[in-house]
Order: sequence, then structure tokens, then C-alpha cells
Amino acid sequence: MEITEKDVAHTTSKLRFDDIKKGKVLSVKWEPKLNYAWDNGPALGRYLAELKNGRIIAKKCDKCHRTMLPPRMFCELCWRPTGRWVYVRDTGIVNTWVVSYVDWKAGRLNIEGGVRPFTPAIIEIDGTSKGMGILHLLDEVDPWKISRGMKVKAVWKPVKERIGAITDIKYFKPVK
Amino acid sequence: MALIERYQKTTDISYWEGQIPMSYIYTVGRAGEKFFREMMNGRIFGAKCESCDVTYVPPRTYCEKCFARLEDHYADVGGKGTVHTFTECHEAYDGTKKQKPSIVAMIRIEGTQGGIVHWLGETHFKDVYIGMSVEAVFKAKKDREGGILDIKYFRPIK
Amino acid sequence: MRRVAIVGAGLTKFVRYAQETPKELAYEGVRMALDSCEMKLSDIECVVHGTAPDAFDGVHMKGEYLSDASGAYRKPYMRHYVGGGTGVLSPIHGWFHVASGMFDTCLVVTEEKMSCAYPHPAGAFLTIFDHTTEQPLYPTLIWIFAIEMNRFMTTHGYRKEDIALVAVKNKKNAIDHPSAQLAAEITVEDVLNSEVMAWPVNRLDISPTSDGAAAIILAAEHVARRVTEKPIWIDGVGWALDTAYWCTRDLYYPDYVEVAARQAYKMSGIREPSKEIHVAEPYDPFTYKELHHIEGLQLCKRGESVQMLVDGVTQRTGNLPCCPSGGALGVGNPIAATGLMKIIEIFLQLREEAGKRQVPGKPTCGLAQAWGDLMQVGTVVVMRS
Repeated sequence: MEITEKDVAHTTSKLRFDDIKKGKVLSVKWEPKLNYAWDNGPALGRYLAELKNGRIIAKKCDKCHRTMLPPRMFCELCWRPTGRWVYVRDTGIVNTWVVSYVDWKAGRLNIEGGVRPFTPAIIEIDGTSKGMGILHLLDEVDPWKISRGMKVKAVWKPVKERIGAITDIKYFKPVK
Repeated sequence: MALIERYQKTTDISYWEGQIPMSYIYTVGRAGEKFFREMMNGRIFGAKCESCDVTYVPPRTYCEKCFARLEDHYADVGGKGTVHTFTECHEAYDGTKKQKPSIVAMIRIEGTQGGIVHWLGETHFKDVYIGMSVEAVFKAKKDREGGILDIKYFRPIK
Repeated sequence: MRRVAIVGAGLTKFVRYAQETPKELAYEGVRMALDSCEMKLSDIECVVHGTAPDAFDGVHMKGEYLSDASGAYRKPYMRHYVGGGTGVLSPIHGWFHVASGMFDTCLVVTEEKMSCAYPHPAGAFLTIFDHTTEQPLYPTLIWIFAIEMNRFMTTHGYRKEDIALVAVKNKKNAIDHPSAQLAAEITVEDVLNSEVMAWPVNRLDISPTSDGAAAIILAAEHVARRVTEKPIWIDGVGWALDTAYWCTRDLYYPDYVEVAARQAYKMSGIREPSKEIHVAEPYDPFTYKELHHIEGLQLCKRGESVQMLVDGVTQRTGNLPCCPSGGALGVGNPIAATGLMKIIEIFLQLREEAGKRQVPGKPTCGLAQAWGDLMQVGTVVVMRS
């Protein structure tokens, strides 16, 4: 057998989005309304509560001695409960980064209209074990001057605006 | 330390709210195109598999039993059927209380194996019974949009 | 364990917007697979379905919804899901059913209709990230991959213009694939000049949003010999997941692919993959991913995949053709169906039935691989003629 043009020709009808939008073919629209309240659990619950206080807290595994961020109730490598809570610093280094021209829906940012591309990064927080990065944003930096290993520090929201969320840190900015 | 740390104060328990923010546009497909275009004309169509002697309503492009292609076997099955089973709904799809209960029935279209779930109208819950003959009541032609709601409801055949 | 062969295959055309419903797409793939080996649905003893998140087709419990169109009416049926890795886990899942002796035949079906998700299926990915520590930052899958590509590039000193060659190669290969959605003759400059999505990823570094379906039929040896003169044997299977704390991995290297590959190689008795594998279909949803995976698959040493690409080794006429089909970048990427499309490509290559895409030298051993979940799963199948 060989799969040929003839074989696949009838398998799909190739449309353009306009064919659907303008009703050349019939369609149905649906917007599911799904709202959730996720329990944070003890580890992330404390992590978020400490962020509200302007501190980053991690948890240690007594066996492999990793200091883990985000904190977790079990060590996924040793498969045992974790031990001590430890505060870590709000500084770190850039592990890797990206200069994004799209939003979360893959829609293009209005760069021409003056919107600046934003720069998400994985940041290895000082005081955690090597490679323990968290996802966050970089700012107050020329996107094209970001480098691997660059030292950064958290920029916190004012105390009264903090709600106990990862976004209580506005972003990380470079430090000397 | 145990895996579960006990909360000392229940007020420490926190949660995070969020959504799955999606929306969809579904094409009705090849068989669906036939079904709903005909529905706009006030007709109900099915698809017949000769070898399995089954008529599917709504129509499909294939027979699920023998996998024969049915695209050349669409047929008008008429608008009449019987109540296969039914219920009276007091709750809406999201679990909230409905202001007025509605009667929902699975209707077996005459001469087919197909079932359409739809509302029953022009009747009362206490008068509905399994095996009752019903017929489709379509919206006014100008209001039909090519969807299952082009049928307003089914009603008892007097 | 019993030997298991692929005896038939079917594949729809991959398109951006299909009129067909997900069920109708699945039916077309299965119909072609049955016809390809002249089997009837009644010859099929069980069905395995692979399809990625329910959020793409927008049908909750998509496996159940697709079951009748997958030929599973009153048959044992299972659906599995490991994100992008699904399409290559599907034949592994089917392999279990037949290798175990439980069934003599198994139909493996994969389907994805991404165009239902509106305005863009990328939105569905927001909710795969941790809902408290990551989702509030509104991550998109594109920048997650860009972040991985950056780490991969800076670790090895790779240049964007070299990685772009993957798009040039795969889209060109796809010209010869009848199902292809994005076949084209392009240049490195075209890739570099296409719009920046999330540096270092440009538009042409990414596979498209696609609708499509694929199916294969697996059979135990005694059935396979009866059905076809050219059974293609599933000779090694492997799959593995890395930690879901993805920010704590070093993204420059896919350890999970290595673990999966070593498992498959051990089963198949392969000691030197780069010499013993004649043709490969590594998963290429992004340009750099083909190279990333080639390294994980041990088809070259770490840090040498770009040289291999530049030297033409992975071209269809090279020593180790990679993605001769045109891959996800060229043929299209209806997630689960893409993985199975790759399996089908190796099936056709080993039967020397790939037409204009046929790699020279009568290949007898090939490999297909996919990757997915939260960038953490590797799925590998080694096949022999």
C-alpha cells in the first residue's frame, strides 16, 4: 500500500475560518462556564501566606537535602515526606528566559501600538538547591541584554496590595 | 514528621480561584450538515445501513456496527415517534433550580433506532407515558437557524 | 510476550479547519486503515484510542465520544492520554493488548480537532500549569518552549540560523506527503524573518494548529502473516515521565526521552542507535525539538545535533534521515494523530512504500518518538521489517 493524494482527498473538507463564521457551513458556539476553587494545601498555602509577608519560604528534604521551591509536602525524588521549612532569599539568577510577543491566547501583542514585549524567565532562587527554579517575569531590563546567570532581585508589590499570590512579586529586576 | 501537617487554625486554610477560560465553535460535520439543513426545511433525516438494517437518527457518515459508509444513504424519516422514556426536570444543567419544570423525553423516531432527546410540550407531566405517540413541532421557518432548537418540542399526536 | 506487527494504516489529510466532526475524522482514519489490509471491523478484537486534552475538541470525556467512530462498538476499549506524547504511546498501549496474548488484533486510533477551540487552542494550555504558582503569570505554551529552546541554545552555543534548517528540511519533505498541511519550499531567511512569537521562537519555528486523525492495525504473528506479506514488527517500546516541577529540571536536555529510548533499545537489542537505526521520526512541534530529541534518543552525542543537521545527515538522502514525512512542522500537528502519523511513516518506509518520500538503502529498522505532557514525557517505538 501507499497512501496517495487520492486516498486522502475525501477524508477532510478543507475550510477557511470565514466559511464557518459566515455560515457557509453550520456550526454551534459554546462557552463552558467552569469555575473552580482549588485548595492550596499546607505547602503552597504557607508559601503564598509568606509571599504576602514579603518572604519566600522553601522546604527541605532530610534525605537528599534539597531545599525545594515551590515548597512541597513530599520529595518527589526520595518519595518521602519533606522536613524543615526554610526561608530563602528574594534574589537569584536567570536560568533561561524568553522575549514574548504573544499573550497567553497566542494573540500578538500590539507592539506597533507601543506595547512592550515581556520577558518571562526561570529564576534559580538563592538559598535553594541548584537548579530549583521558579517561573516568573523579568522587568526594568532591556530584553536584549538579559543573559544566562544574570543576578536578579524580586520587586514586591506594596504591602497593602499583596493578597498571598505569586503575583505579590511584581517581577524580578537585575542587580549588580 | 507526618506527611499531613495538621492545621492549627482552620482559618489558615486557603484556596485559589480560577477558571478554564475556553470557548468553542463546532462545525456540525458532514452528516450534521445534512441533518440540520433538512431541519430548516421542517424535515428530520436519518442514515440507513442496509446490511445491518439500522436507521440512525441523527444521521451519521458511518454505521458503528459494520463501518459501512452511509453518506449516500440519508433519508427523510418523518417527524413522528414515540416516547421511549421521559422525566420532569426541576433543576437546570448547572444544578440551579428551574423556575418552571420541563418535561424531557427520549423520542424514538418511527422506523428507526435513533433517539432524539428533546422537550415535550402542549401536555402535562401526569399525562405522559412510555410509548406515547409524539410529533415534532418546528419553529416558524424564518426563525430556524440550523440547530436542534429548530424543533421547539415534541407534542402528543391527538 | 508475543511478537506484534503493524499490518495496516490510515491517515486523513491534516487541515487547519475541517468541516468534519471529530467522530467523522476518526472514522475516515479507521476506514482507510481497515481497507489498507482488507480487514473488516469484525476482525478487530479490541480498540485503543489516543487523543490529547479534552479541551481541544471541547468535548468532555472525548474518549467515550469518539468510541463508536473508532470502531469500538461493543468492544473492549481504552483511551489514554499523555499530551503530545499520546500518538506514540497509542501503539505501545495497543502492543500490550496483543503482546500479552489477551487479543490477536487491536485497532489503534488517534484523533485531534484543534480548530474547535476558539479563538486559539493555545488558551487551553493555560490550565496545564500549576494553578497557584504559575497560572497567575499567564504562561503560554509558546514561551514555555521558547524558554526551553533558549536554554538548549545557550548551553551548546547553537545559533538560530542553524536550528531554522529543521523547518526548511521538514517543510520541504512534506511536499511529497499527501496529507500535508504546511508543505513549502522555504529558506533559512524566511524562518528568521517570519514574525517573532517569543524570542527565540519565530512563526516558522512552530508547527501549525491542525485537525486530523490516524489509525493503525496491530496483529499477533499468526494473524499478521495471514493478513500481509510485509508485517512491520514493533520491536522495542519505551516511555517515561520526568518530574512535573518542570522549572527544576535543566531544560537543555530531555532526560525522559533518554530513559524511554534506552528502554526501547534494550528490548530491541540495539547497542549503537546512531548506526542501527536507519530512519527516524523524532517529534518536531518546534524546530529545536527535533534536535533536542535526536540528542535524547542517543542518535548523536549531546551538543552535536546541529552539526549533524548542517552536514545533511538527517536529510532524506542522508545517513540517518529524520522526519522524512515532513514531520509536525510540515505535515501538520493534530497532536495525538501526529505521533501516529510518525509511526505510519516508519511503517511505510520499512515496507518501502513511502513513494516519493522513500529513503534510500532499504531501511530495516526505524524509530518514532513523541513528547508531551508538561514537557516531561518521552514515548519511543522501535520498528523492524
